Amino acid sequence: MPNWIPNLPEQVRRLALLVVVVVIAFLIVRPMLIPAGFGEQGHFRSGALNDAVAHDYKYAGKASCEECHDDMTSMLASGYHNNLSCEVCHGPLAGHVEEPEEVQPEFPRGRNFCPVCHEYLSARPTGFPQIVSQSHNQLKACINCHEPHDPVPSEVPEKCSACHGKIARSKAVSHHANVECDFCHSVNEGHKTSPREFRAAKPIDRNFCGQCHADSENGSDAPQIDLSSHEPRYVCWQCHYPHLPEAK
Amino acid sequence: MRNLINAKRRDVLKSLMGLVAGLFVPKSIMAEKDQQKRFDWADDSIHYDPHDHKWGMGIDIDNCIGCGRCSAACKIENDVPREPFFFRTWVERYHILENGETIIDSPNGAIDGFNKKPDEEDVLRSFFVPKLCNHCDNPPCVQVCPVGATYESADGVVLVDSEYCIGCSYCIQACPYGARFLHPVTRTAEKCTFCYHRIVRGNDPACVEACPTQARIFGELEQKASPLHRFKRMNRIGVLKPALNTEPKVFYAHLDMEVK
Ligand code: HEC
Ligand code: HEC
Ligand code: HEC
Ligand code: HEC
Ligand code: HEC
Ligand code: HEC
Ligand code: HEC
Ligand code: HEC
Repeated sequence: MPNWIPNLPEQVRRLALLVVVVVIAFLIVRPMLIPAGFGEQGHFRSGALNDAVAHDYKYAGKASCEECHDDMTSMLASGYHNNLSCEVCHGPLAGHVEEPEEVQPEFPRGRNFCPVCHEYLSARPTGFPQIVSQSHNQLKACINCHEPHDPVPSEVPEKCSACHGKIARSKAVSHHANVECDFCHSVNEGHKTSPREFRAAKPIDRNFCGQCHADSENGSDAPQIDLSSHEPRYVCWQCHYPHLPEAK
Repeated sequence: MRNLINAKRRDVLKSLMGLVAGLFVPKSIMAEKDQQKRFDWADDSIHYDPHDHKWGMGIDIDNCIGCGRCSAACKIENDVPREPFFFRTWVERYHILENGETIIDSPNGAIDGFNKKPDEEDVLRSFFVPKLCNHCDNPPCVQVCPVGATYESADGVVLVDSEYCIGCSYCIQACPYGARFLHPVTRTAEKCTFCYHRIVRGNDPACVEACPTQARIFGELEQKASPLHRFKRMNRIGVLKPALNTEPKVFYAHLDMEVK
């Protein structure tokens, strides 16, 4: 024993002993408390990552349907519903991909299903195709008229909507639903093939809207205003978007 | 005398060389350590290294139609309890009224969609906001966990180790986005994992799979050629509660100032 140790004051020696005991206890206990793998990947138990990935799929993903249902996947891919996942309608099908006969898909044939996406809600983006299901062909199921994998309105839609879909769909749920596009825009047939060469005409003055809206004996059931006093400094469409006119 | 000096010089040179060599030692040890860091998955069909990725999500408010298929799919995929109040992701509807008031609703997280509001007359504008864990780069929940049971993995995903979670709920209190809840059965904290079990196997999270309008974009943050990077380049981006410096990795396009 080096001879300086006995010369240390008693209390220091005791303190030193205590420190040694604490340090040893810490070294023994620490590995017992810290879970295996802690710190390998960061400040956490690395085995936790294994736990996180040990979870079964419920949704197989659209790509996995193609192997056996390529007819349906290609039909879906070419239509309006191209961004929809099969399983958003048919339910989670990871089990079906493993054992097609055992796990059967759901078939949402009722009228209450499609409106989860298509019922008119003011918060939906303008131009998203919406219906008011109470008045939209209420006696039949949606799939009677619309093939769910390639939904097109069963009649050929207005030609303009092919290129101006957003406008056409806004107008369809607006007060002007019954005013035809070509009532307000005179369009040369050529516009449909070379739209920039053959420009469609737009209304140019307040009198145009006045045809239906200004007090006169026009017999229109449109709400009436007085052209000369109703905000005469502006053209009407600075305040009322003609494809979704709002008042109040 | 001469000998002695020489001997000393040799010693000095020796230790100098040792020192120089020593400089390289830590490097090579570190390099080895880095290699060790590559993770061994218990499921050896997984070839995924968390260090090679950095995940995030983009949400385009203008594309969200409020169908709630994301929150419905999330509940199913992750066995989230069906009762209300337990959500890993949910959709809120904002109605901003003419008088400046803001009304927010999210009936059952929108797992059954939304109903028309009867009094939609005084609405100035309205829109949907999908929400989920923001996978913050500076996560308050991780900072408060007393046992290291919630953590940010190398790929940026914030996860919970339910083996070690003691259910103290500090993280739930700490999360400014209300993205966590205590599982009623296991009594451990739960939250969105970006569907970690799916992304390590190369699939999209269930909510992204279910979204019909590409309102949710999932992808790599640090690769230039990724849909998410493009999304961030082409849109004006906002995050939720930026003043808190949590550095979220969920990015919103066309986010309204009123969204909290
Ligand atoms: C391994 C091949 C395979 C895969 C992958 C697969 N299916 Fe199937 N699917 C089948 C078979 C076989 C049937 C017929 C089962 C029967 O008659 O009971 C079937 C039937 C169906 C039906 C019902 C058809 C009917 O007329 O009753 C639907 C809907 C369906 N699958 C959807 C899907 C979807 C969605 C996916 C992707 C998530 C998928 N399937 C993936 C093989 C597959
Ligand atoms: C918009 C919802 C929707 C989507 C998306 C959808 N389906 Fe369907 N699917 C239906 C409905 C509804 C029926 C039942 C049709 C009927 O009874 O006439 C059906 C029927 C089927 C059938 C059986 C009937 C038939 O015509 O052979 C198969 C197979 C099928 N779907 C596969 C798929 C696959 C594969 C996908 C993805 C590529 C998919 N579906 C996407 C709604 C959907
Ligand atoms: C998960 C949401 C979702 C569901 C469920 C859904 N759709 Fe759609 N639907 C869409 C989207 C997205 C579009 C494309 C909109 C666009 O082009 O901007 C669309 C487009 C359409 C269109 C084309 C409208 C047009 O003329 O522009 C019709 C018709 C349609 N869906 C009918 C249906 C029917 C019928 C069902 C039920 C079998 C259904 N949808 C279920 C999301 C959905
Ligand atoms: C009797 C046939 C019929 C039934 C049943 C029917 N639709 Fe339609 N649907 C049509 C026709 C025709 C159009 C195009 C003309 C129109 O806009 O009214 C259309 C248009 C649509 C559009 C496009 C609207 C737009 O603005 O582009 C959607 C979306 C739609 N239907 C969804 C549905 C849903 C959802 C159901 C079930 C609740 C349903 N339809 C039931 C015949 C039908
Ligand atoms: C082949 C696609 C196509 C069809 C079909 C089509 N348009 Fe257009 N239209 C366009 C394009 C593209 C422009 C934009 C031209 C530009 O901005 O240079 C346009 C512009 C317009 C404009 C604005 C012109 C301006 O100077 O601002 C009006 C109004 C219009 N279209 C009305 C219609 C109407 C009404 C119909 C149906 C009778 C119709 N279009 C059908 C492609 C089309
Ligand atoms: C009630 C009259 C009216 C009807 C009906 C109408 N429009 Fe217009 N439209 C206008 C007016 C007025 C403008 C000019 C608005 C402006 O300059 O701000 C316009 C502008 C446009 C434009 C160019 C600017 C824009 O808003 O994008 C297009 C494209 C267009 N209309 C297409 C259509 C199509 C397609 C339809 C039918 C689905 C239609 N319009 C029905 C009155 C109408
Ligand atoms: C062909 C006749 C016609 C023309 C032209 C017309 N409208 Fe209308 N408009 C109507 C009818 C009909 C209604 C009422 C529809 C209803 O009651 O739902 C209406 C409703 C309105 C409303 C009231 C909406 C509300 O909330 O009550 C406004 C605003 C309006 N139109 C503006 C315009 C403007 C601006 C123009 C010119 C670009 C125009 N309209 C051109 C027929 C027309
Ligand atoms: C400076 C903005 C502005 C302009 C420009 C304007 N309006 Fe209005 N309009 C309003 C406001 C605000 C209301 C609702 C309050 C009211 O009834 O005066 C309204 C109401 C209406 C209504 C509904 C009246 C009712 O009784 O329901 C119609 C129809 C209408 N406007 C048509 C037009 C037409 C047509 C023009 C062009 C000749 C036009 N507006 C120009 C702001 C405007």
